[in-house]
Amino acid sequence: MATITTSALTRTFGPVTAVSNLSVELPEGVVGLVGANGAGKSTLIKMLLGLIPPTSGGATILGLNCLTDGLQIREVVGYMPESECLPLDVSATEFLVHMARMSGLPASSARERAADTLRHVGLYEERYRPIGGYSTGMKQRVKLAQALVHDPKLVFLDEPTNGLDPAGRDEMLGLIARVSSDFGISVVVTSHLLGELERISDHIVVIDGGVLQRSTSTAEATQLSGSLLVEVTDQAEAVMARLTERGATVAASGAPQSFAIEFADEALPHAVVQIVAELGIGLVRLQRRRHHLSEIFVASGPAPEVES
Amino acid sequence: MTVTPGGPPNASVIHDIGFRHYDGPRLGRGWAFRSLLRETLRGAFGLGRPAKVKIMPWVLIGLICVPAIIIVAVTIFTGSSDLPLSYTQYPIAMSLLVSLFLAGRAPYAVSRDLRDGIMPLYLSRPIKRQDYVYAKLLGLALAVWIFVSTPVTILFIGALLAKFPVRQQIFGWLGGLFMAAVLSLLLSALALALASLTKRRGLGVAAVLATLVLLNGFVSVLISVVNMQGSENAGWYFAALDPYLLVDGLSAAWLGVDAQNSFAEPQGALGTVVFTAALSLILTGAVAFLLRRFRKVGGV
Repeated sequence: MATITTSALTRTFGPVTAVSNLSVELPEGVVGLVGANGAGKSTLIKMLLGLIPPTSGGATILGLNCLTDGLQIREVVGYMPESECLPLDVSATEFLVHMARMSGLPASSARERAADTLRHVGLYEERYRPIGGYSTGMKQRVKLAQALVHDPKLVFLDEPTNGLDPAGRDEMLGLIARVSSDFGISVVVTSHLLGELERISDHIVVIDGGVLQRSTSTAEATQLSGSLLVEVTDQAEAVMARLTERGATVAASGAPQSFAIEFADEALPHAVVQIVAELGIGLVRLQRRRHHLSEIFVASGPAPEVES
Repeated sequence: MTVTPGGPPNASVIHDIGFRHYDGPRLGRGWAFRSLLRETLRGAFGLGRPAKVKIMPWVLIGLICVPAIIIVAVTIFTGSSDLPLSYTQYPIAMSLLVSLFLAGRAPYAVSRDLRDGIMPLYLSRPIKRQDYVYAKLLGLALAVWIFVSTPVTILFIGALLAKFPVRQQIFGWLGGLFMAAVLSLLLSALALALASLTKRRGLGVAAVLATLVLLNGFVSVLISVVNMQGSENAGWYFAALDPYLLVDGLSAAWLGVDAQNSFAEPQGALGTVVFTAALSLILTGAVAFLLRRFRKVGGV
């Protein structure tokens, strides 16, 4: 079921078109929204939150109309901005209780859920100290917690890994994956780094210059296409020749005695093993190599910045 | 709670109860508005903040109450028949302390949200932009009202202890609370409009303090100059330019009590109309400015 459906959504700021004629369906689960800075990601989120009206077109989010139901949408949606957004002189607990109340939770529920949510994002004793003394990683957790404290059905996370070191980045990505799998909350996460989104997203949407480039399930994108790397002890050319006879597309790779086959049908690995056995040589490597998302999107205009 | 067989009955076990969903009521915009107002009020007195945030507001509350306590003590001791400062005069006489309180609290209410970028979080909650402005204004006005009404109420309690006529004192006190509310709203709107111009709190403090104190001084001087020039009947018009003198004059016009500064009393029915119009003009102007200011800032 789609959580968000946009139809011909367009927003212009004077002469600049931020989002252009965008029609896309985002399913439940983790959806990665990829685009370079200025691609229209933030404008899209603002429109979906009902904060700025589209110039034309429309969108429904959890069955609510973003043109007319802004208040109801913001009751059941969480938002984690990209920028710094925490008051420095209150404690995380005090801040979260306030934010839960701002989302409409009664006082007692707000207190209870603030403590719960901070525990889930991994803040314990620190939560009673003012936020000003927190590390970047802890602040990022508080930002995530304030988006989750009112138990939304959907959260928008804008560049949640910004400014984190590799370990902190991994933890944050793990946390986001848990938000979807354990908490059952749909996630729309933006990033300009494809490598990250590839790991946690069920679905990827790429926009560039406000135009939809591609909307595809991650599994489809990375599994159906791909290649098989083969390395043998000897007679690589003979193996390649036999495979070509069978109708496979074979390409020699740089390393000696190894080559790549385009993964066309599921029986291919068996064929390789059979040929190698018939020739009486050794098989060193038979590796399924999935495409990286970045390769898929190379064709789609200027590629987003890619983290290797 | 699971108890391991054979183990001590009070052995603690950590349960991971997992993520719990919330099925309770969501109270919506009105409740969110009240929560923001409450948070602004708590912030104004430093509640839920570290000790250093609490110092200024509470020192000022102490200072504004000291003269009231002295007045009460002297009145009871000397057996005087009236308070030397009335309920409506007291806040005007304490204008410097009130200005100091506002200079600290108005920037605290808004420039922090601007500087720390909290606006996007509020805007992604079930409120509208104007709700933010009104909640901040009412929250600050309520804080200033509590600040001003506390010593006024001390005077009232003193008057009751001194066995002044109860009925008359109750009306005087209620009049004092009402004019304190008008003063709080007017000052808060002006101070917030000034404070919302900058993200830097220090600058906001200086701007609010300078404006309120200098305005009061300039207008007082202007009035005495005009009066000395012989236009005895024109000077009071200028009192409408300063919030303290305006409210001082209005208490005389509306309630018929003596103003703290007799030169600020508006003359005749026309004077009442002019002062009332000035009040609504300044208030709506400041609120319109705030609404306009917050329509732009804090885009998500």
